[in-house]
Amino acid sequence: MSRIVRTAADLLYPVILIFGLYIVAHGHLTPGGGFQGGAVIATGGALVIVAYSYKEISGWLKKNVLLGREVIGLVGFIGVGLLALAFGQVFFFNYLAGSGSLFGMPVPYGINAGELNTAGVIPLMNFAVGIEVWGGLTIVILYMLSGLEKEGC
Amino acid sequence: MKKMFVVVASLLILAAFFGVMAMTLTFGSPMVTDMDDYFLRHGQEQTGSNNQCTAVVFDFRAFDTLGESTVLFCGIMGAALMFRKMQGGEEYEDE
Repeated sequence: MSRIVRTAADLLYPVILIFGLYIVAHGHLTPGGGFQGGAVIATGGALVIVAYSYKEISGWLKKNVLLGREVIGLVGFIGVGLLALAFGQVFFFNYLAGSGSLFGMPVPYGINAGELNTAGVIPLMNFAVGIEVWGGLTIVILYMLSGLEKEGC
Repeated sequence: MKKMFVVVASLLILAAFFGVMAMTLTFGSPMVTDMDDYFLRHGQEQTGSNNQCTAVVFDFRAFDTLGESTVLFCGIMGAALMFRKMQGGEEYEDE
């Protein structure tokens, strides 16, 4: 693509990344969550992939890293659920809510603006799903682009 | 022709049945509200999440989200499998 598109992509990529991370991190307070935030971040990756050619991008956007990100997301999601068994609870029990530790602040009931440090395992699961969607949706675009390069279209 | 008539008539009867069913329900006041009321009353204190959508998706219905992530994972594995040969440099068998 032209220099204008590349400069715009360079400028927009960190902004898109921060906005997606905001959606993921505030999944238990505002509309959004892991899937939506991960899709927003993957949009930034798609923008960079479209703005640059595959050869330029394959140096720092490696497929193995993205695939590992996807696997880490899914394994982390299941691991957070399985960790409840260590606390003597059932699978996917919210053992951190209201416990006072990480994301465990007691939430004020009723209508309020919300506190980031609440909701127990829900933010952790949001992060795991966000990482998974981030890697997954980016690698699909990267795979298709690499196929196109090989075909010479 | 007779077959066509039977098909159209049964479709019309089915549409009328579902139309009457839909007309009798009023929007915003479902017939059974026990589960909705439970989620809205106890969701905040049980999960600590202000966003009840996320509370349902990631806590009350976490198994559904697990299935969703698995479906995403399997779909991307399928895409990776489909484009595997194009990046390996090996030739197609049918070419």
